Amino acid sequence: MGKLQLFPESASTFAPDVDHLTLFLIAVSVFFTVLIFAAIFVFAIKYRRRSEHELPRVTHTGLALEIAWSVIPFGLTMVMFTWGASIYFKESRPPSNAMQIYVVGKQWMWKVQHMEGRREINELHVPMGRPVRLTMTSEDVIHSFYMPAFRVKMDVVPGKYGEMWFEPTKTGTFHLFCAEYCGTKHSGMIGSIYVMEPQDYQNWLSGGGAQDSMAQRGERLFQDLACSNCHKTDATGRCPNLVGLFGKKVQLSDGRTINADEQYIRESILQPTAKVVAGYQPIMPTFQGLVTEEGVLQLVEYIKSIGPKPATGAVEPEHSNAGSTPRDR
Amino acid sequence: MITAAAQEREHYLNASYGIKSWLLTKDHKRIGLLYLATVTLFFFLGGAFATLIRIELLTPQGDLVSSDTYNKLFTMHGVAMVFFFLIPSIPATLGNFFLPMMIGARDLAFPRINLLSWYLLVIGGLFSLAAMLAGGVDTGWTFYTPLSTTYSNTWVVLTAVGIFIAGFSSILTGLNFIVTVHRMRAPGMTWFRMPLFVWSNYATSLIQVLGTPVLAVTIVLLFCERVFHIGIFDPKLGGDPVLFQHMFWFYSHPAVYIMVLPGMGVISEVVSVFSRKPVFGYGFVAFSSVAIAVLGFLVWGHHLFVSTQSVYAGLIFSFLSYFVAIPSAIKVFNWTATLYKGSISFATPMLYVFGFIGLFTIGGLTGLFVASLGFDVHVTDTYFVVAHFHYIMVGGTIMAYLAGIHYWWPKMTGRMYPEGWAKLSALVIFLGFNLTFFPQFILGYLGMPRRYHVYPPEFQVLHVLSTAGASVLAVGYLMPMVYFIWSLRYGAVAGANPWGASGLEWTVSSPPPAHNFEETPVVTTDAYDYSKVMGEVIEVG
Repeated sequence: MGKLQLFPESASTFAPDVDHLTLFLIAVSVFFTVLIFAAIFVFAIKYRRRSEHELPRVTHTGLALEIAWSVIPFGLTMVMFTWGASIYFKESRPPSNAMQIYVVGKQWMWKVQHMEGRREINELHVPMGRPVRLTMTSEDVIHSFYMPAFRVKMDVVPGKYGEMWFEPTKTGTFHLFCAEYCGTKHSGMIGSIYVMEPQDYQNWLSGGGAQDSMAQRGERLFQDLACSNCHKTDATGRCPNLVGLFGKKVQLSDGRTINADEQYIRESILQPTAKVVAGYQPIMPTFQGLVTEEGVLQLVEYIKSIGPKPATGAVEPEHSNAGSTPRDR
Repeated sequence: MITAAAQEREHYLNASYGIKSWLLTKDHKRIGLLYLATVTLFFFLGGAFATLIRIELLTPQGDLVSSDTYNKLFTMHGVAMVFFFLIPSIPATLGNFFLPMMIGARDLAFPRINLLSWYLLVIGGLFSLAAMLAGGVDTGWTFYTPLSTTYSNTWVVLTAVGIFIAGFSSILTGLNFIVTVHRMRAPGMTWFRMPLFVWSNYATSLIQVLGTPVLAVTIVLLFCERVFHIGIFDPKLGGDPVLFQHMFWFYSHPAVYIMVLPGMGVISEVVSVFSRKPVFGYGFVAFSSVAIAVLGFLVWGHHLFVSTQSVYAGLIFSFLSYFVAIPSAIKVFNWTATLYKGSISFATPMLYVFGFIGLFTIGGLTGLFVASLGFDVHVTDTYFVVAHFHYIMVGGTIMAYLAGIHYWWPKMTGRMYPEGWAKLSALVIFLGFNLTFFPQFILGYLGMPRRYHVYPPEFQVLHVLSTAGASVLAVGYLMPMVYFIWSLRYGAVAGANPWGASGLEWTVSSPPPAHNFEETPVVTTDAYDYSKVMGEVIEVG
């Protein structure tokens, strides 16, 4: 039946942050719980009814007391708010040197693609001591990518890219759970996170034979889907030139200006008429159903790779020189 | 049920006989009892689903039922308990019965609409029940899209239609209460002489009237999306699945206060009577109910901290969530202060009050945990949340409901329940509850996700403890069921005012006359003035 465990394993830079907050929350709660329980216990015993004819004197409300027990707890809750918010804010801002990994959830499995080309299912290999950024989407319903030992979780929502990051601090194998109920085999949508020494991770990345990087796969897809017929690399195409697009501002035909990020590229592939670039006709057909979410991610990577610089500055995307991030240089 | 003593006197139970006299009644008291029977049925149905869930979770493997069945069990447990038990529980039974009496009215403002409300709950219940019998529904009681609209092939629409219909029952009851409180108070019953139970039901009614229509709209959109694929929530059709969560929680978070505010009202009544003192800080307790009702509408986004909503939305909803904590804390402190220098009786309703304050305190404090963003990211959708809301809904609402039923049972039936058994059941429920749900806080922090049919073996010890607690809890809940029925025939005959309470409902005989008051009462004192109901007095405190 296993032993009784009371506190979870701690394996990311966020884990101690969250645990310290938890200890604070527990301390405040224990204080107030003991206070209330003790007060009830003492009052109930001390003022128990000794005669049916007892009539207590009416105590009048003390305004100062009411204010005190409103303001003091409120002050404490603001500490809880600020502390929790600061962790959340940090969790929402991946460092610029984070290595990029892509995740696609579907009923009922996790599909992971590394930039360098290695792909895995229900497993995620990451190096220790390096921030990892996950960009995630779903092919069907909402899932949630949850790694308790890292204290992080983010919903994986169809139709949009969610993002999370973490930095493992301990090698080993940790749970990966789907936390958002997703249908019949929700509890089977689990996996393992393998945190490895950086060198082992490099070896693992290059294992499994020579592989194309995500950008190379995207480039091939770009040719296979005949995207290149219209999106030419000079000004002669019927559609915008995609070289250097990523991360730039784009003027739309309806007058808006938007930032060319992952979400925009994805939308332009699946719903091309939603945002049309100024000066072009809405002639592109939708590729919904013709390309999987993983394929879209490869196309995104390809378009990033022909850009001058990734907007997020995440990784050098051009070549498959495995796992090298700006930090290594 | 009719005793020799009560036989001569006419009251609401013997004023007329026959099934028709019940099914066509316009008496708020009889309608209250119809609700009592209805929600009790759904409570035991939801409880049966919970029992199966807890037995399945004894082992890490899925061995009792299949994954599909397990998913249906927790869905139907949630649907039965939330929509057909917790939401109608206190307002529709105790509120219906006592709100008019407590303000000196002969009935609610719209007796026919009151009966219609009950029929709507029954019809809605039958729809959802039909869905359960036909094969069930497996989306979770939260019906998240696009699982519910596109992917689930169970009885989503039938269940949702049942909830839609039951929603109108809730709206009409709320409307009835609001009009009754505004228009039908007895002479001298000013707003600040009203018992706090009336205040809390009034605040609840505001939420029911303002919030429930949003649920109705959400269900209509869910229906249109599922049947006609109109593209509100499905991203493949240009919709947004997270939009559903905003709409759903815009109602369902305030619904938490629909469930718990009336319970707080019961606690205010009972703590006062059994301390024989006015509730400390009456005005603060009264206004805190209204504050909870209003602020409750501003915090729905705290269910969406990891939904990919914007970071700034997360910050704002976390910040606002802490504002709801304050009126709840004010209530707990004032109830505790009411005990100070009181004359405290340990009758069963008071034991439930002690249980409520303890469990609600833990439930409320853990609410502060999950409102804290960095903490919630880790525990949302885990057993921590399951434990937290069961401390509020079961530890809070059901303890208060039982406190209220025991407290008003003599008035409703004219009979006393057996005190010894009742005290024992209160103790069993308190212990069973904690053993069931406290381990789930730990499970959640360890990372055990909700709605898991199969789970990693290291979580088993805590699950076994939880299931053990659930079996104790089940015994605790069955005991009142048995002794209440027993008391109808064998219980001691209750006088008009067995507790020495001060409310108007205790000024009439038990069970009350069909029209409540022989003549319209005139109110001359504040609520909870015990000097007027006592003869010989020893001053204490």
